[in-house]
Amino acid sequence: MSITLSEAESRRVVSRYGVPVSPFVTGTSTAEVLAAVETDASVTFPVVAKLCGRAIAHKTERGLVRLRIADNDALAAACDELLSKAVPDDGEVEVLVSTMVDGNRELIAGLNDDPQFGMTVMVGIGGILAEAIRDVSFRLAPITEVDAAEMLDDLATQRLFGEFRGEPEADRAAIVEALVALARVGVEEPGLRSADLNPLILVDGKPIAVDALLEIEEDDDA
Amino acid sequence: MPDLGALFDPKGIIITGVSNHPGKFGFVTLHNLLASGYEGAVYPVSREPGEVLGLDVLGSIDDVPDGAADMLFICTPPAINEGLLRQAAAKGVTAAFCAAGGYREAGPEGVEMEQRLIALCDELGIALAGPNGQGVVSTPSSMCAQIVAPFAPAGKIAIASQSGNFVSSFLNLANHTGVGVSRAVAAGNASVLGIADYVEYFTDDPETAVSLVYIESVDDGREMFERMAPLAARKPIVVVKGGASAAGARAAASHTGALASDDAVFDGMCRQAGLIRARDVEEAFEAAATFATQPLPDGDRVVVVTTVGGWGVAAVDAMADTRLDPAALPDDLMAAIDEKLPPRWSKNNPIDMAGGETRDTVPEILQLVAEHPDVDAVVLLGVGIQSNTASMMRNGPFFPDHGLERIVGFHERQDTRYAEAAAEISTATGTPIVVATELANAGPDNPAPATLHALGRLCHASAGRAVRSLHHLAGYSAWRQARGL
Repeated sequence: MSITLSEAESRRVVSRYGVPVSPFVTGTSTAEVLAAVETDASVTFPVVAKLCGRAIAHKTERGLVRLRIADNDALAAACDELLSKAVPDDGEVEVLVSTMVDGNRELIAGLNDDPQFGMTVMVGIGGILAEAIRDVSFRLAPITEVDAAEMLDDLATQRLFGEFRGEPEADRAAIVEALVALARVGVEEPGLRSADLNPLILVDGKPIAVDALLEIEEDDDA
Repeated sequence: MPDLGALFDPKGIIITGVSNHPGKFGFVTLHNLLASGYEGAVYPVSREPGEVLGLDVLGSIDDVPDGAADMLFICTPPAINEGLLRQAAAKGVTAAFCAAGGYREAGPEGVEMEQRLIALCDELGIALAGPNGQGVVSTPSSMCAQIVAPFAPAGKIAIASQSGNFVSSFLNLANHTGVGVSRAVAAGNASVLGIADYVEYFTDDPETAVSLVYIESVDDGREMFERMAPLAARKPIVVVKGGASAAGARAAASHTGALASDDAVFDGMCRQAGLIRARDVEEAFEAAATFATQPLPDGDRVVVVTTVGGWGVAAVDAMADTRLDPAALPDDLMAAIDEKLPPRWSKNNPIDMAGGETRDTVPEILQLVAEHPDVDAVVLLGVGIQSNTASMMRNGPFFPDHGLERIVGFHERQDTRYAEAAAEISTATGTPIVVATELANAGPDNPAPATLHALGRLCHASAGRAVRSLHHLAGYSAWRQARGL
């Protein structure tokens, strides 16, 4: 039986391995969230607030995401509203607040435990059209830096890695490092079935995951 | 793992199920073995002793002299084969090819029989190919042990296929192109020996320069990766996969799972392991033929040399969806070529000689380009057109008068020279020079393709196909360099 971790749990797991995620805090009440934002200097306005929990998979479809929150007052209002949207089936929920990062280019990266090949790692062109575009490259985890660099070379949409709409050239080395770290999650994290980092936004050319979803196999006797 | 030496270079072969009916597998196998010039001992065995194709047919394997044969070729039905294997092992047989069907592919009873076959070969220490396969070919031993044709010219390509049909296809292409084969084996049900076992043998085999593999199903992809990657580091492995377009996207909880089609993951595995993946059987053979006969390029920079224009444009166009780079001509090379050609030559890549070549121009320009340190590979186009003209003269109403005999001889010698020069200069400079002309198919007797055929080198049938082969060589070279190999 597999379960999906909440976004906050997923972010904590991948960042432990060195996968870059946007700065974030969580809280189960509006007061807790505001206090956390106050204490953590890495989270800066404007921010994004999301209601998250293990049972919540489709945040956008349910209207559980608030973008471009400018200050404390707006954040308080957003927290109140998001927490009020929780339904009993959602189980334990919390509000995740993260720095809103800016970038026009979105990649997708992920892991998948393949029935024939075992743990695989993927990178591709991300965003909401990722599954339609299908410009992706897979490798068997673990991977070396050379493998990760070749994954980027595999992608058809190479223009995205050059200078793009006023943004600098993609930092290939930073993307490579993130992919090598992600593949390690696949190999070392117990029970991992799949992972999605979508999108992985290029900010000043460097990749930062702004969403993460991990699927974990739970021991039956656990 | 049992040694495959006796499968590919047996000192003597026992064939079971030999019949005097020329339509039966046992007969065909014996015929093909003798017709291909196999020089080891051959022992046909049958329930009905007598004479077939001039050989005495033995009534039992027990009648074979001890130690005289080390390979068993099985054309008899499953029910009696376990007994035959025991008798053969007692005579010193260490390898067997089981052509007979009726095993796993034939239902539950066959599955059980195949399980017993596997256990028995393990017990007897026999390297078993098949069952349910078409046979094994080995040119160093002049051996065509197959229930079908053809045999192939000797060369450096070793073939292992999960489909016997494609062994035939590859052997047909070897005959057609003149680029020869060292070994070929149909894996059949692959109950004991699988693709990775054969490739492991080919990689150690001094007769083989490149493995050529057809794969239809992958049981354990991780195991295939772990076995093939170290082999690819030692010798190139060209792979073509059937069933690649089968719907692979699975119902998945994640985007990544939904994007993980079988083909996308297999493709990634190939890239990671250094396996050279071709899109189809022709491309796979041509890539293998190029690996077998050309040096590896050090990089992606390709210069096209053509006698006249359009062909060169097509070659550069074909590079667009490859890793190859139709690089600008270095100044010193440009100046050197200027010395050899009239001013109307193209002065860029492709080098269009614009019909300005004299007797020695083509070999001289090939030499200049191939030896230049900024050129990694060369495509030579436009060979054969002189002999085309010669052919019409030779077969026209005015030959041999009006000076035609002399010019016809000149044209034909020139095309022969171009083909020879491509081979010699490529070998001498270590820069691959691939040659393409549709005459490879449309006029194989033309001296240009005919000379390449005789040299055992591939004449690609189009610039686009030559470019694909170079793309595979350059890709493998880059894979090696990135790993410090």
